Amino acid sequence: MVRLEKRPQPSRAFSWAAPVLAVVATMIFGGLLFAALGKDPVASIETIFWEPLFGDFAFYYRPQLLIKGAPLVLIAIGLSLGFKAGIWNIGAEGQYIMGAIFGAAAGLAFYPEQSVFIFPLMVVAGAFGGWLWAMIPAVLRVKFGTNEILVSLMLVYVAEQFLASVSLGLLKNPEGFGFPGSRNLQQYASAHNGELIAGSGMHWGVVAALIAVIFAYVLLTRHRLGFAIRVTGQAPKAARFSGVNPTRLVLFCMGVSGLLAGLAGLFEVAGPAGQITIDFNVGYGFTAIIVAFLGRLHPVGILLAGGLLALTYIGGDIAQSQLGLPAAAIQVFQGMLLFFLLAFDLFTQFRLRFGQAEVI
Amino acid sequence: MKLSTLLTSAALALGVASGAYADAHEKTKVGFVFVGPVGDGGWTYEHNQGRLAVEKEFGDAVETVFVENVAEGPDSERVMTQMALDGADLIFTTSFGYMDPTINIAAKFPDVKFEHATGYKRADNVSTYSARFYEGRAIQGHIAGKMTKSNIIGYIGSFPIPEVIRGINSAYIHAKKVNPDVEFKIVWAYTWFDPAKEADAAKVLIEQGADVILQHTDSTAPQAAAQEAGNVITFGQASDMAQYAPSPRVSSIIDNWAPYYIARTKAVMDGTWESKDTWDGIGAGMVGIGEISDAVPADVKEEALALKASIADGSYHPFTGPLKKQDGSDFLAEGATADDGTLAGMNFYVEGIKGDIPK
Amino acid sequence: MDLSAINPVLFVAGFLVAATPLIFAALGELVVERSGVLNLGVEGMMIIGAICGFAAAVETGSPLLGFFAAAVGGAVLSLLFAFLTQITLANQVASGLALTLFGLGFSALLGQRYVGIKPPRLPEVNFGPLHDIPVLGPVLFSHDIILYLGLALVVAVWAGLKFTRAGLVLRAVGESHDAAHALGYKVVRIRTLAIMFGGACAGLGGAYISLIRVPQWTEGMTAGVGWIALALVVFASWKPWRLLLGAYLFGGITQLQLNLQGAGVAIPVEYLAMSPYVITILVLVVLSADKNAAPASLGRTFHASN
Repeated sequence: MVRLEKRPQPSRAFSWAAPVLAVVATMIFGGLLFAALGKDPVASIETIFWEPLFGDFAFYYRPQLLIKGAPLVLIAIGLSLGFKAGIWNIGAEGQYIMGAIFGAAAGLAFYPEQSVFIFPLMVVAGAFGGWLWAMIPAVLRVKFGTNEILVSLMLVYVAEQFLASVSLGLLKNPEGFGFPGSRNLQQYASAHNGELIAGSGMHWGVVAALIAVIFAYVLLTRHRLGFAIRVTGQAPKAARFSGVNPTRLVLFCMGVSGLLAGLAGLFEVAGPAGQITIDFNVGYGFTAIIVAFLGRLHPVGILLAGGLLALTYIGGDIAQSQLGLPAAAIQVFQGMLLFFLLAFDLFTQFRLRFGQAEVI
Repeated sequence: MKLSTLLTSAALALGVASGAYADAHEKTKVGFVFVGPVGDGGWTYEHNQGRLAVEKEFGDAVETVFVENVAEGPDSERVMTQMALDGADLIFTTSFGYMDPTINIAAKFPDVKFEHATGYKRADNVSTYSARFYEGRAIQGHIAGKMTKSNIIGYIGSFPIPEVIRGINSAYIHAKKVNPDVEFKIVWAYTWFDPAKEADAAKVLIEQGADVILQHTDSTAPQAAAQEAGNVITFGQASDMAQYAPSPRVSSIIDNWAPYYIARTKAVMDGTWESKDTWDGIGAGMVGIGEISDAVPADVKEEALALKASIADGSYHPFTGPLKKQDGSDFLAEGATADDGTLAGMNFYVEGIKGDIPK
Repeated sequence: MDLSAINPVLFVAGFLVAATPLIFAALGELVVERSGVLNLGVEGMMIIGAICGFAAAVETGSPLLGFFAAAVGGAVLSLLFAFLTQITLANQVASGLALTLFGLGFSALLGQRYVGIKPPRLPEVNFGPLHDIPVLGPVLFSHDIILYLGLALVVAVWAGLKFTRAGLVLRAVGESHDAAHALGYKVVRIRTLAIMFGGACAGLGGAYISLIRVPQWTEGMTAGVGWIALALVVFASWKPWRLLLGAYLFGGITQLQLNLQGAGVAIPVEYLAMSPYVITILVLVVLSADKNAAPASLGRTFHASN
């Protein structure tokens, strides 16, 4: 008889060991999958995990990890605050889109003026766009008690349609021969969120992600608000007795997560992506939810989880081109990785007991 | 100190990598960046057929690599860079949204040749290529105009962009020419690929009386819907969609990239590659017209083939005046033909099409 | 503009078909959520159902066997979610999202051989003279058996939840797993069964798309229906009849939008395409007066030692 027994304290050892075990398990099962597809399992795994970090061209891929990981971390940090408090914003994808649209629109309004004030203005506009979009589910929850999971999810689809609309209309590049998509902000110096040090992959979005990690860490460990968040998540009733105002907490958590998602969108559109197009969003908002949970809603954990996921994306693309693995196999591989990470997390909270259950 | 050393070496390596690695291998390496899965049965599928044709043509002399489902934006830049670093000599980027990324990466790898599909930005090592699908639309329009009994032709558009509008105009002009009573019903799906929505759009058009369905979206869903309804004809889009022949699919426009891909690979091998803008149609074989099935009466088939021949040899241009715009203003005078600039940026309907282009 | 081009009979018949995949997937999720579990992997289970059903139908030549295989495929995949959330107590939101990612990838691998094939057809049910009744005939009596199965399932789930002991137990588990546990109910077992029911239903919904609504197999062909199904459950405030209404509203608006375009009505397509989502939000606000609608334990992890 095997049963689970809750540990009195989460195991520190296992909180480090579980992700390692999960990655090892993924390598084994992923290897079997790749072998079944007729590919060399060892080479496949090595390409995905090793090549971007230590391969011949690691000097190029390491900065790419920052570019790919930054939006994930930035969004996930915001989401994690709410998730800790039981406030479920799963519409970050929509907030990301609105941040990008607001930010890009603010910049393009001044085209072709050059000024050092344009980019800061875009940052504010982007943050505002994301915040605004998150405030809709927040206010509806506070005023009417509607479910924020649903409202925020619905607003993703609204934002996607809005994105298509502005790509084809309002923000369409007047010199783009009628093709959809805005002007490229990379070619508009005052609006461009370029690399801060050439070749490093560091742009303002990466800086913002790192600041967000520190901010969240300090907030959660040192600040009264962080305490309120944790208590509300663990024991809502106790939180109310201890003077937590649930309305303000909802507005704060939704607001921060929307704001950070909006910033992520703005930094992406002004930097690596360059322009508003119909297919601008690539699912960062949803992937960030996974990143938040993989990181156990802890700021440092999120940073690591964002890096790990970015690694599998980059390594996966390399494996596709070097080994001819289909994109679907990479997706399955990522799915496995998530399953194992989630499953092995069990052992941080519980331990296995063999033998008969004690009679209580 | 350590960081800056690393960065310097990185910058150096980025600059020299392509040159160094180009000499290190003897096979010509050709990369393909795909926006969808190779199993989409449409746009990406046909580009992948072109890739396979390159492999078949040159055998061991080439190596091809591809990455599918690559999002436009930074992901595409990374995939292109990766291919260039891995020693690709020639990279085809097969979606309009890869335009600026291609230009960016091409600037970093001057020794690698890039080919961008459907865009308009070129550089010394970036060519552009596209197909004159509107030539095929003219033939579809002709057959559609002749075959329709209800005089209603349904058209499923993806997004209201020049490429799609051009196709609608071309089909309409030629349908109208053989059947003055013909009417186009246009539905915008706002997607390139969503089988359920495309099927719904086709069904709605059929319910509203259309007995010919033209599509500018990539899945075969409208074909299936037409088959279901019966007595409706369709045309394959992007690929032949022959599994729906002889009816409802009576013909098709096939994106045939193989000849171009083979020619450009050959040019790289021979060292004769130059940056240029290619916009080929039926004549050069980039636009294929799928077998016209027996569901089409013999005389109509003959006319369609004659039209195809006249377009192929250049004696006829699908946009030949006199033509007016939808608002009644003049577009082309008697005998005049549209220039490529006008065609590329076409953002108006020709006279007779009802409804407005969504803004 | 020519509104007379829209045939109301065909329009209604059309959205009955368009709504069916939604009804299956949402009904399954409704039962899952009533048991207190939130499974965001509906899209993944649907697409697995779509390919399992398609492959089985093509290989055996029988669409009905295809639907059976789809239900099994969806249920098997959902077991993975059940294992994660019920046995290893993983977070349900993250597990569901991972399930969708996995399902999309895995279905593409399974489906590589099935691109460009036509599946066998499922005939309409023969209602004899009923089919010839004007208006009602084409609307109600001209569909395939699976569509009616979907409607029957709505009735069955409604009655099952309301009148049977099993339904009572399921709801009890969803309201308070600790209390249900104290009463001696096997919370994990009940929830696992509910999750499998949800998986089977999602699988059927997916197969309805690949075998009937579109009939073909293409990667990613469910294109977000699973997410709409999730919305629908909340829209319906966890009640089967409202779910049916919502499915027709969602299906109907898409159909209406396409119909209006075809009739030449100048509508801003993007804004009409947004409208089902905006309407859902409005409905949520209106329904929010009903504070007891959501199962109280929804999304919370259960372990007997808690």
